[in-house]
Amino acid sequence: MKPRMNLLAVSLAALIVSPAWAQTEAMDHGAMPGMNVDSMGQDAMPGMDHSKMNHAAMPDATTAQPGMNSDMSGSMDGMQGMDHGEMNMQGGPAPADARDPHAYSGGYTLESGPYSRPGPRELRLADEHNFGGLLIDRLEWTHANGGGNASAYEMQGWFGRDYDRLVVKAEGDVAKGKLEEARTELLWGHAIATFWDTQLGVRYDSGAGPDRSWLALGVQGLAPYWFEVDAAAYVGDAGRTALRLGAEYELLITQKLILQPRIELNAYGKSDAARGIGSGLSEAQAGLRLRYEFTRQFAPYIGIERASKLGQTADLARTDGEKTGETRWVAGVRFWF
Amino acid sequence: MKPFSSHALSVPNFPRRRFVQGLAAGGVLLGLSTVAKPGWASAAERAGSSAPVLTGTEFDLVVAESPVNFTGNARMATTINGSIPAPTLRMREGDTVTIRVTNKLRVPTSVHWHGIILPYQMDGVPGISYKGIAPGETFTYRFKVGQSGTYWYHSHSGFQEQTGMYGAIVIEPAAGERLRVDRDYVVQLSDWTDEDPMRVFAKLKMQSDYYNFNEPTAPDFFRDVSRNGFRAALDNRKMWNEMRMSPTDLADISAYTYTYLMNGNAPDGNWTGLFRPGERVRLRFVSSGTQSFFDVRIPGLKMSVVQTDGQDVEPVTVDEFRCGPGETYDVIVEPRDDAYTIFAQSMDRTGYARGTLAVREGISAPVPVLDKVEWLSMADMMGAMGGGMGDMGGMNHGGMAMDHSQHAMPGMNMDGGMGGGGLSKASSQVRHAKTEYGPSTDMRVDMPRMNLDDPGIGLRNNGRRVLTLADLHTIGGPLDARGAEREIELHLTGNMERYTWSLDGLEFGKSTPVHFRQGERLRVILHNDTMMTHPMHLHGMWSELENPDGGFQARRHTIPVQPAQRISFLVNADAPGRWAWHCHLLYHMDAGMFREVVVA
Repeated sequence: MKPRMNLLAVSLAALIVSPAWAQTEAMDHGAMPGMNVDSMGQDAMPGMDHSKMNHAAMPDATTAQPGMNSDMSGSMDGMQGMDHGEMNMQGGPAPADARDPHAYSGGYTLESGPYSRPGPRELRLADEHNFGGLLIDRLEWTHANGGGNASAYEMQGWFGRDYDRLVVKAEGDVAKGKLEEARTELLWGHAIATFWDTQLGVRYDSGAGPDRSWLALGVQGLAPYWFEVDAAAYVGDAGRTALRLGAEYELLITQKLILQPRIELNAYGKSDAARGIGSGLSEAQAGLRLRYEFTRQFAPYIGIERASKLGQTADLARTDGEKTGETRWVAGVRFWF
Repeated sequence: MKPFSSHALSVPNFPRRRFVQGLAAGGVLLGLSTVAKPGWASAAERAGSSAPVLTGTEFDLVVAESPVNFTGNARMATTINGSIPAPTLRMREGDTVTIRVTNKLRVPTSVHWHGIILPYQMDGVPGISYKGIAPGETFTYRFKVGQSGTYWYHSHSGFQEQTGMYGAIVIEPAAGERLRVDRDYVVQLSDWTDEDPMRVFAKLKMQSDYYNFNEPTAPDFFRDVSRNGFRAALDNRKMWNEMRMSPTDLADISAYTYTYLMNGNAPDGNWTGLFRPGERVRLRFVSSGTQSFFDVRIPGLKMSVVQTDGQDVEPVTVDEFRCGPGETYDVIVEPRDDAYTIFAQSMDRTGYARGTLAVREGISAPVPVLDKVEWLSMADMMGAMGGGMGDMGGMNHGGMAMDHSQHAMPGMNMDGGMGGGGLSKASSQVRHAKTEYGPSTDMRVDMPRMNLDDPGIGLRNNGRRVLTLADLHTIGGPLDARGAEREIELHLTGNMERYTWSLDGLEFGKSTPVHFRQGERLRVILHNDTMMTHPMHLHGMWSELENPDGGFQARRHTIPVQPAQRISFLVNADAPGRWAWHCHLLYHMDAGMFREVVVA
């Protein structure tokens, strides 16, 4: 999944909520509340809910009886007052009277009925074939200001079909030849909306401190304005709980030179001192990586990243005489096959 | 059948290693030293060659792997009788033909006679018409040719069509050609990739814009801001961003991997058709691109379109026409100068197939530059509602309701539909399938465009007279005077981000057949809920395209349905059996944009 639009447009998305503006925009599709850019996206990304905001911002448009008979061939002005609220171009629930896609079958199936070929069905297209891929999103060397060098990886692999697949995620840091912190997840990915998959499975943390196992339930997908979002909740042993939120954006400077802002937030329900984790929001990372895609599948990058420990986790770090935050230079390669 | 098992780019392992005729010149770009010489030297001296021609009532075709070189890299192709395109089969209306197809591949194959009306067992779709042709086997097709015109044939197994299995069929009318011409050429357009097509497909599943290098960039945005102002620039992108769709999603596969071929010649191969000034030349364009629409023109010449999909039409003079996978267009030109370029640019404007009409070998005319990439318009995304947005000048949709699911549309026929009263014209009541509300679709169009006079994205207002569906009038009218007795509605659907393609939101594997009652005259409505044009090909029976008022337009075997467009056609369900019905973009078809039809 690869966002394509530009950052400025995104950063200005906030402007879209301006009521004055929304009302003057005849074709303000963002103002189509029913457009319902699929509910998952909205739920998963508080603050991304442009359509609802616009909805609220357009009382006239949503309550007015649409100009049903207005001449549509005219200018944009002619479209003012149209009830975008009733439009629903993506996602949403099917209305009760939606058509049955099997209504034309006459009761026949691909295996039965007149002229069907004997035996099991022979024709199977790609929808019944398995595909797979492995994206190494980050394989990088980091150098912290006034600190040491380390390396890090983040990858995601999948195998299966369009709407149900096995997903493997792995992320970790290695310093001085030792695995510092690693998260590995094995998940069943299931498509639930146009741009969203649920992911259900297990997570295993290793590295410094005792290993931890978790059950994982998350969503991954593409939010409006091309934000790639990966959010998950975890339940572990001894009543441990955790939340993780990652988001990425890809700003095309050219077709091959791409700037990728990225954030990651972690929070925990209770302290786990053995792993240096305090309860509450524990850690935040914000990075900016500039990559050049020699091919779509191979792109070296450089970047900078700020990592901060927060709240009780920061307190624990201070107690242990560790830094609570650092800024790192990164250089690495992104590739997939 | 295993659609993806077939393929050829692996290590060659066959006894007779020979070079494919007719594509040598196309391959002469680079690196000739890497391949054996003998075939090349002689071929390279010719201007691009054409496919061989086989004539009569008995044809022997052999499917095998052959080495080719279109790009400077030697690759294995799947060929028929060792050539790309496959031999042109010339038949005569009224004859019964026998075609023996022998499979020398290591995987099953098949040959489908595209647009030919024949018994379903002869239609050549593995798993529907027959079991396919196993390695080492010969299948004998036999059928009576009851039609005339320009058609084509191709493999219906896996991606064998992409790797070279396509050829033209020219059927002479029983009474002789109606149109007198001095020269008659097949011009077959296609696309070639050095990649394994299955790998191409897998890449699209991983990143659906893998081959699109015309995505909007940040500098584009700033340029728009300085030209049009901040709000206009933002506005222009707003809906695309909201909906997570790309305005330059014009073709899934571009010249980044494709080399576009004319009669099996890459552009530098320059296929050349000879003429003497003043002669009337018939060009039979066969659009065999697996995933490419071509926009065809011959700068300096008007083209008189006289036939489409093998059916004669009232001649219409144009500068340019768009042809999608599966379609054929016959045009007549009367060249007077020494040389003209036949220019067929891909719809996404990343490359072109090119040839020359010339008074002698070895000369050429200037090759036009590719047109600029145009963004898809509101009309392409939103149908009639977007039509008022400015770039569809001249369209007049009249009164429109905003929500078909709840309101009547003033001025539009509401009494169609299932069990409705009048079926004199297609129902305009949009009825999305239940299965269009899930992950398999990325948009639904509530207010489709129903007009046929739109040349399509990239061809609007380009200063040239471009053919549209509204220009096509099949001579002699419809096959059957009966009106529609029943109406069915099928929606063309997909999710570009996931690279899934379907009908009514259901891929083939989850679908049930569409039942045509034998003997009925049926109206089919195709409603495009995607932003791409889909050439929809119904096997076994003609699709008689009608206009929104129910008037007959043209008899087709492949109907291109534009983004957010809703078209209808009538079918005589007179061909008992099971038939394939699918988008002829090969990767869409293989993704599951495919239905089985039962006529019983």
